[in-house]
Amino acid sequence: MTKFLQTLMDGVAVGSLYALIALGYTMVYGTLQFINFAHSDVFVLGAWISYTLAVGLGYAAAGAHPPLAAGLLILVGAMAFCGAAGFTIERLAYRPLRKAPRLNVLITAIGVSLFLQNVGQLKWFFGTQPQRMPSLIEDTILGRIAGVQLHLVDMVGAGLAFLLMLLLEWLIFRTRLGRAMRAVSHDTNVAALMGINVDAVISFTFVLGSSLAAAAGFLYAMKYPGLNQPAHATWVLLGLKAFVAAVIGGIGNVRGAMLGGVLIGMIELFGAAYLSPHLRDIYVFSILILVLLVRPSGILGKAVAEKV
Amino acid sequence: MGAARTAARSVFPVVLGVLLAVAMQLAAGPLIGPFAAKLLMDIGINVILAVSLNLVNGFTGQFSIGHAGFMAVGGYVAGAITFYGSFLLFGNVQVVPGWLSKGDVLFVGGCLAGALVAAAAGWIVGLPSLRLRGDYLAIVTLGFGEILRVLMQRTGDVISNVEEVRHASAGTLMTSLGGSLGFSGLPYYTDLFWVYAFVTVTLVVAFRLKFSSLGRAFLSIRENEIAAEAVGVDTTKLKVRAFVLAAGFAGIAGGLFAHEVGTSLNPRELGFQKSFDVVIMVVLGGMGSVSGAVLAAIVLTLLPEALRSFSEFRMPIYALALILMMILRPQGLLGLKEIWEMPWFKRRRGKAAA
Repeated sequence: MTKFLQTLMDGVAVGSLYALIALGYTMVYGTLQFINFAHSDVFVLGAWISYTLAVGLGYAAAGAHPPLAAGLLILVGAMAFCGAAGFTIERLAYRPLRKAPRLNVLITAIGVSLFLQNVGQLKWFFGTQPQRMPSLIEDTILGRIAGVQLHLVDMVGAGLAFLLMLLLEWLIFRTRLGRAMRAVSHDTNVAALMGINVDAVISFTFVLGSSLAAAAGFLYAMKYPGLNQPAHATWVLLGLKAFVAAVIGGIGNVRGAMLGGVLIGMIELFGAAYLSPHLRDIYVFSILILVLLVRPSGILGKAVAEKV
Repeated sequence: MGAARTAARSVFPVVLGVLLAVAMQLAAGPLIGPFAAKLLMDIGINVILAVSLNLVNGFTGQFSIGHAGFMAVGGYVAGAITFYGSFLLFGNVQVVPGWLSKGDVLFVGGCLAGALVAAAAGWIVGLPSLRLRGDYLAIVTLGFGEILRVLMQRTGDVISNVEEVRHASAGTLMTSLGGSLGFSGLPYYTDLFWVYAFVTVTLVVAFRLKFSSLGRAFLSIRENEIAAEAVGVDTTKLKVRAFVLAAGFAGIAGGLFAHEVGTSLNPRELGFQKSFDVVIMVVLGGMGSVSGAVLAAIVLTLLPEALRSFSEFRMPIYALALILMMILRPQGLLGLKEIWEMPWFKRRRGKAAA
């Protein structure tokens, strides 16, 4: 029972990170219909910017006890930086290709991804060595429920992730801007005819998705402080799993991405805990293929009939 | 008439290509030295990969990003056959010297078996996912590649002791493929002759296909799937056919790669990064242009070598070149055309004739 609850906790903690990343994939797919392979690198950027800020503010020292506000400051800083990066990427690399075949945009995305990874590894940026993220919150155990330890870091992480998702939910379904986003994703041309500035909305989508990825990067760095160098394969795999989460939830569907993220986190950790820890990637990708066979448009996705 | 045309268009080019491959092996190989020869082999293997993926991504307009997965299947099957086969037949894994020696036969047999298994894997992956439209093939092939990577990592250590190999069951041998460290110690059978013999076969199949009615049906799926269906093209069947064919050729490329000097057959080497590389070649060459895929494979194999002196800036420059290329020349180097259909090529030939 303890093991079950512990796994459940971990699943939610990891799943909420997947969900945050998946949101960026799904929002871009919803509006531009392409898989933004560079998204996982924005997430990595978020983690590394958090590290850079934390070190720059002097919290890497052994005795430093950063105030709670410091963590928040770093989170906001990373989100702002990555939001700006997302805006720039869209403006320079994707917008010139708005009318080009989708495959071209995809290759460009791969190019951007390679660029971010390898520029990040230059010695003027993050370098080619793994680094250790300074801890910003002292990890205390808040309490135990049925023998399960409640770590402060996990609680704060999952709490922040869900808070951000609630904010996004409000933004997309309760504001004018959100309505414009949904309209563009539904039908770009008609949305433009209704007077929506499509380019601005798409830019905003990128800023939003990128800053959520940055938040995920920050939370990831808090939970797993050993940061691999930007071009390391583990990052790409994390991004792929988040993308799988978006597909399973129904790509283009914001709530689906959240659901899919948590689901993937659960599947991965329950598989690792109860079956074999070595095959955790297999569970995720097998579930993906299974879902696509049974319900190609994802759990919450709607099947779209193709029209002539 | 039919037989004569087949001879002129299929047999003749294959014979020519094989002669060329012999010439490369005998004359060019010793002349240019091992480093350039290795580069030429890399180019050849990439040509096979790019031209075969072009059958799926270029001809039928589907989007597969799991080509390295099929390459891995072919490579591991061929590797297991030559490695353990050498132990069982010759008692060691030394290369059996001589052209078309017993070892060469074993190696080519292994490559062909690898191609068959890769094609079968392509059928299993393609059949369910090609019924759907859109990017699902991309996602499923991506997932397939990842599953394959983990499975390869979970295989046992290579058995490199004659007695142990003799007493091991076939099942044990087929699952002792080196795990995450990779399958090392394979004999280096791949040479310029074999690479370019297979390049020739790949090219002849691709060109013959492109200008056949089957190839036109492939292209019709790319142009408009609904219209293709309306004129009686069985789109799912043909997509699967293209996919299986491409997977088979990727398997051959994998077999060649596995036995090449200076490569390592390991799960990380044949991950999605490799698949991306091949997709990039297809798009850079121009969708559906066979000669474009060849050209792009050559350029993209040489480019990283040329950028080597920039050391740490190599990859950023490569990435930037890729992005700029997509923005400035979205149709790829040759677009939809073959090299002899390009205006500058025609002009030059016109001048030469006049």
